[in-house]
Amino acid sequence: MNKILSVFPITLIFLFSCSENITPVDAGLEKQIYHHGNGSEPQGIDPHIVTGVPEHHILISLCEGLTIPNPDPNDENGYMAGTAESWSISEDGKEYIFKINENAKWSNGDPVTAADFVWSWKRILTPSLGSQYPDMLYYLEGAMEYHTYIDPKDELPELRQLAEKQYGLQKPLLDDLYELKNKEIRLLTTLDVERIQDLEKRLSSIQAVLNDIQAEINYLSMLKDERPSFDTVGVKAIDTHTLKVNLKNPTPFFLGLLSHYSTWPVHKETVLKFGDIDDRNGEWTRPGNFVCNGPFQLKSWELNNKIIVEKNPHYYDASMVRLNEIHYYPVSNVMTEDRMFRAGQLHLTSTLPSQKCPIYIEENPNLRIDPYMGTYFYRINTENETLSDVRVRKALAYSIDRKLLVDKVTKCGQIPAYSFTPPGTNGYQPNTEIPFDPILAKSLLQEAGYSETNPFPKLEILFNTNEDHRKLALAVQQMWQVNLGIEVELVNQDWKVYLNREMIGDFQISRAGWIGDYEDPNTFLDLMRPNRGNNKTGWEDMEYDALVEKANTINNQSERYDLLYKAEEILIENMPIIPLYTYVRAYQLSSDVKGFSPHILDHHHPKFIYLERD
Amino acid sequence: MLAIFIKRILFAIPVLLAVASITFFLIKMAPGGPFDADRAVSPQVLKNLNEAYNLDASNWEQYIDYMSGLLQGDLGPSFRFPGRSVTEMIGTGLPVTFELAFYAILIALFMGVLSGVLAALKRNTYLDFIPMAIAMIGICVPTFLMGPLLVLIFGINLEILPVSGWGQLPGDKILPSLTLGFAYAAYIARLSRGGMLEVLNQDFIRTARAKGLTERMIVIKHAMQGGLIPVVSFLGPAIAGLLAGSFVVETIFQIPGLGRFYVEAAFNRDYTMILGTTIFFSAMIVFFNLMSDLAALWLNPRSRDVS
Repeated sequence: MNKILSVFPITLIFLFSCSENITPVDAGLEKQIYHHGNGSEPQGIDPHIVTGVPEHHILISLCEGLTIPNPDPNDENGYMAGTAESWSISEDGKEYIFKINENAKWSNGDPVTAADFVWSWKRILTPSLGSQYPDMLYYLEGAMEYHTYIDPKDELPELRQLAEKQYGLQKPLLDDLYELKNKEIRLLTTLDVERIQDLEKRLSSIQAVLNDIQAEINYLSMLKDERPSFDTVGVKAIDTHTLKVNLKNPTPFFLGLLSHYSTWPVHKETVLKFGDIDDRNGEWTRPGNFVCNGPFQLKSWELNNKIIVEKNPHYYDASMVRLNEIHYYPVSNVMTEDRMFRAGQLHLTSTLPSQKCPIYIEENPNLRIDPYMGTYFYRINTENETLSDVRVRKALAYSIDRKLLVDKVTKCGQIPAYSFTPPGTNGYQPNTEIPFDPILAKSLLQEAGYSETNPFPKLEILFNTNEDHRKLALAVQQMWQVNLGIEVELVNQDWKVYLNREMIGDFQISRAGWIGDYEDPNTFLDLMRPNRGNNKTGWEDMEYDALVEKANTINNQSERYDLLYKAEEILIENMPIIPLYTYVRAYQLSSDVKGFSPHILDHHHPKFIYLERD
Repeated sequence: MLAIFIKRILFAIPVLLAVASITFFLIKMAPGGPFDADRAVSPQVLKNLNEAYNLDASNWEQYIDYMSGLLQGDLGPSFRFPGRSVTEMIGTGLPVTFELAFYAILIALFMGVLSGVLAALKRNTYLDFIPMAIAMIGICVPTFLMGPLLVLIFGINLEILPVSGWGQLPGDKILPSLTLGFAYAAYIARLSRGGMLEVLNQDFIRTARAKGLTERMIVIKHAMQGGLIPVVSFLGPAIAGLLAGSFVVETIFQIPGLGRFYVEAAFNRDYTMILGTTIFFSAMIVFFNLMSDLAALWLNPRSRDVS
């Protein structure tokens, strides 16, 4: 029996391993099947509803916008012609006429028309759809007004409820009064008389409130519905293949914006077949139902397992597409993904176990480290009493050795950051400086009134639970302790708790990161304007706001950048955020993959990718 | 026995309702909501989203709403995955998790009972010490270490098995089943050894020997029936634990099972998904505990008489 025991697992293994071992990567070469590690299970593939990077990777093969990301890293534009084969821009930079490729077709063979784009943009701007990216189109004339319009009549049900409540209060009082008044006069006591007076007083005040509510209800019911029609939004189909777009301001990054999935078209008939224009849960995105206009079409979708897309024969540039299929694997565990790559199950990983990066830099030819438009920074709560002093914020920023952080902590080619916007995006070169100067930092802290007799209160760094964030926070904690002599505590929280605490301002200093949505400094600088939901620092500067606002009305790029440089300086001078380093994209790519070039936003159009072994 | 069965089933209903209610309010108490994201949405958009999922109603109204849906078997839509219902998601993950748990329990039973019985029969010999030492290691080494170790040896160094997947490549089900099964095999080995030792010292075994039965007959027919009762009682919680605890193995091996949905739903604050999976797993735990209790009753002649 003991023999069977020891033989059992081994037999089991050999039983299955008799077949010859061809890895998916080897097999993919011949069939042009590309195995793509894709982080986590995508929320969905409705371009107007989803948010996130894994979703983008899948959508870019299924749908296509007016422009697509440019695969040439040396081209100054990050975009190139997509479904729109050409366009012209008016002199003031506010009117765009797009010529839609006449061969562009949906994956069911229907032609792609200008009207499809108009309807799609109407859909994402429909408030009840609850899209999370409508602001990508707020640059269009009238788009924001259309999306954020609040009908005063929306208040009516609430008012009616209020009125009901008052009637409810009135009823028992009236009953009491009625009863008292029906008493024979000779039976009435003085107490009763007082009570009648009291009741009448209370009833009249209730009546006054009721009158007010009724007046408001009457007024609102009389109002005409002034919801702007979609005609007021600056997008029109001039003819089948000509689309006219009118912008509020010249927006030099508008064409780049169009390679973001929120601006991509959806197939009207398919969407409407499975629900209304504002239906979030329509089943049109299921395999078999899904229709879109990209180089690939949806073949199968196994939840948490893989999504397969296959070449779309109707795609206008189908002859250019060399891959036959892309298999997307939602591998959320980075170690698993790394093992899959090593075992030849993936061509591309979504990321890298960060602790392996320093080793891979030495010995792994498949490692890629590309520039990436993202900044890792610490957000400061400027509404905190201690941190409201700009000298304190500067002292904290000046006592961090950024070079040491990237060399000894992150160790994966990250670049020390001295501005909020990563330099070099689209020719943008801010000249802000953040010195590493512990002596200056210490004197700033003294200036702010902190000394041995008045010690600096304990600080807290908040971050979401993650080993990399902890390591960095530990290093910063050490630097502040050594250079400034202040006590720092590290607090880690679950992702959602961390977001919630940031949102309600329950933090002192919190770890943050921002990745550009499009290739322009505005995607960073806009964040720190007052009233922006992602500012979260409580810092409001009207001069800064005016500069960014004005820059967006200027068509000339260098004039515009001059204004933005000034804004960037104000930001660094006030230090509501402490930039730490500029991100890089680190991943593993099989040497079989060709046509995959670095892109600052990490967008790679699959029609340029193919597999070939050297 | 039927009476016990019905009584336990009836008792399970309030238990599950209580689980649902407590989970509902616990979720509501947790900070952060399903639509909090790195890139915060405008209050306007948040309002639209909350309206779309009825999150703008009071907690009490939402509770009534959810519970009445639940009683009709409707677990609601997932918040994280628009267009998918919780029932559908459980439906896709469940067969995979069941299959994994089934293989794992088979491996656990085979390895565990065999080595446990053997160890008991050959007490204090190397046949006892070695399997029991291995079992101790199996109990101590967590699956998140065992899994990658097996992958490293068989997947990456020897290159004879795929490192991940489920039903994608030949042989990809072996390593996850072994990883999950091994931890339970260890427990079962120790339990069956203990159970067997106790039974082997009892009078009826001596009687059987005196009757002149072969050793094989004694072990298989008489000793094992009583000796394995602890194992059978352990199986119920073990199967429930396998199902709910398969998360680690599913993550390591990239298996599209229910465990991953369960844990990720909590991270995503996918309210309906958390509720749905919690209720479902509770039902499983109740069910498998009941099954193993019934099986133990049936195996044990003494309790059979009592009932």
